[in-house]
Amino acid sequence: MEGTFTHREEDHARQFLQWYELMLTIRRFEEQTIEWYQRGLIGGSLHPAIGQEAIAVGALDAVRPTDYMTMTYRGRGQALAKGASLEGVMAEVLGKASGLCKGKGGPMHITDVTHGIIGANAIVAAGIPIAVGAALAAHLAGDGRIAVTFFGDGAVNQGVFHEALNLAAIWTLPIVFVCENNLYSEMTPIREMVKNEAVSERAAAYRIPAAVVDGNDVAAVAETVGMAIDRARSGGGPTFIEALTYRFVGHMVGDPETYRSREEVAQWREKDPILQARRRIEAEGWATPESLTALDDRVTARIRTAAEQVLQAPEPDLEERLADVY
Amino acid sequence: MSISDTDRTMAQALNDALREEMERDPRVFLMGEDIGHYGGVFGVTRGLFAQFGPERVRDTPISESGFIGAAIGAAAAGWRPVVEIMWIDFAMVAMDQIVNQAAKMRYMSGGQLKIPLVIRTQEGAGRGNGAQHSQSLESMFAQVPGLKVVAPSNPRDAKALLKAAIREDSPVLFIEHKLLYGFRGPVLPTDEVVPLGIASVVRPGSDVTILSLSRMVHFCLEAAQKLANMGIEAEVIDLRSVQPWDIDAVAKSVQKTGRLVIVHEAHRSFGWGAEIAATLAERGFDHLLAPIRRVCSDDVPFPYNRQLERAVMPDPQRIVTTVQELLRDYP
Repeated sequence: MEGTFTHREEDHARQFLQWYELMLTIRRFEEQTIEWYQRGLIGGSLHPAIGQEAIAVGALDAVRPTDYMTMTYRGRGQALAKGASLEGVMAEVLGKASGLCKGKGGPMHITDVTHGIIGANAIVAAGIPIAVGAALAAHLAGDGRIAVTFFGDGAVNQGVFHEALNLAAIWTLPIVFVCENNLYSEMTPIREMVKNEAVSERAAAYRIPAAVVDGNDVAAVAETVGMAIDRARSGGGPTFIEALTYRFVGHMVGDPETYRSREEVAQWREKDPILQARRRIEAEGWATPESLTALDDRVTARIRTAAEQVLQAPEPDLEERLADVY
Repeated sequence: MSISDTDRTMAQALNDALREEMERDPRVFLMGEDIGHYGGVFGVTRGLFAQFGPERVRDTPISESGFIGAAIGAAAAGWRPVVEIMWIDFAMVAMDQIVNQAAKMRYMSGGQLKIPLVIRTQEGAGRGNGAQHSQSLESMFAQVPGLKVVAPSNPRDAKALLKAAIREDSPVLFIEHKLLYGFRGPVLPTDEVVPLGIASVVRPGSDVTILSLSRMVHFCLEAAQKLANMGIEAEVIDLRSVQPWDIDAVAKSVQKTGRLVIVHEAHRSFGWGAEIAATLAERGFDHLLAPIRRVCSDDVPFPYNRQLERAVMPDPQRIVTTVQELLRDYP
């Protein structure tokens, strides 16, 4: 018995370290793209998910590559956690020919069909009914797939959010709605835009079970969303998860963040999901501080190598602009 | 046109196309408001619920944005949904899903995604339905790269074009006309599929080309008959698809007749007729003996009052008068 326990404990440690590495990869990836944006290498706007990595990693832990996913313009981390290639996402952010979308989608429209990623969306809440449709496809096919859709707190005030929840409920579809509540609906506190700040209570109106989870605790997210995924896969229908979190950076790079205080950001930085995970690993003795530093160096080196490679990659052929319309 | 055994109404022809495509391809399924047991407000899906069941003939809430979004997701996952939007005016509720999502997903994904989605809907005035149930909005959709736009005028085309639309890998707005559902005509019993983007010469002529689609084709034919009685031979072309549109067929006809009158029920300004006129102008006026004329709906919302409504829309007499004036001024 003791041996079995140790074995499980080892599994858990290994899994936790994998989560940690993936969160760190997303963090370093986002930092790299911010640097590129500031150097003028990225067009339009860039919306990093720094501070929200535990939701992507935890929620997608039990999700299979064949499962469907939609997410938002803040969704590069989720793409990586779903299995998209680091180089492919990076190249897409830079608009390169080798990008997942041949450079025609950009950072807000990451898509990777081979990993079930049917699209990040630049329209708030618009990916939610699309994920419901993918869940409908899974239901019609009876193939055991599920759909996961990520959206922010701002999305809950869009009409189509409600339409999508209702459809998933009446048709008992295999889908998990993951609301990343980072307290700000773009540049406005969500509390000023809703009468009821308990966003998850909206699910009850559609008779969809809901749970609230600490979105900065990767293990808690994995456990809670994991149950929802099991429920979806076994025909139990949709679940709504509200993951409470905070983005440490602006809505987009260059956002002056006049809507919140430095103190508030600093308080949340204390709850950094990666920092928390590291403390937990050290407290449990799953890894030494030295090996964690070495891990961090490896992740940083991996990002740097990929970045150097992708920066050299060719731009799309100009004829490419006319392809893939119909 | 004599009525024979193979004659079907427009609604029946559309129903045949849906049934045959659903029998042919198990990935084809229908969604929409009141399309199941009720059979659709215009009866197009009648009997399909009984044959295919609630999974493949899926009633939806009044939630156009939601269920078009769901159809897009299912299409992205390899299914071939055919969605009914009861009135084209209601599609405005779902414009984000149609314009920002369905039309662009293939392009934004670098060709990874296909969205084989058909949005069946109906448009047109003349029934006293007022401003929010009478519009002809095909031009608006034709302006969006990534969407195809079809509007048939008769049962045979309706069936063959709907089959083609269902087999398309791109989103198609399939626009029926509310006053044509009862129109009867021959339908081929064969599995005829007419590729989108090919016009049809429905009446040959040599003096003037009259170009239109959907219900207006019938107005043009009526006008052409009157003109023939006056010794004017009009060639009537049914464009059938607005996006893509058959520039070769139009150019060929204008080369022959030297005169072009465009007739559409959509509003005049920025309507598809303007695009066609502009394209012909860019190609050169060499073959034109006269300026291009348009007979379109006035640039006003459709009024409820039947006399006002009729005055806003094109009618056969206005087409006749326009052609007469054109031949008088540019003989």
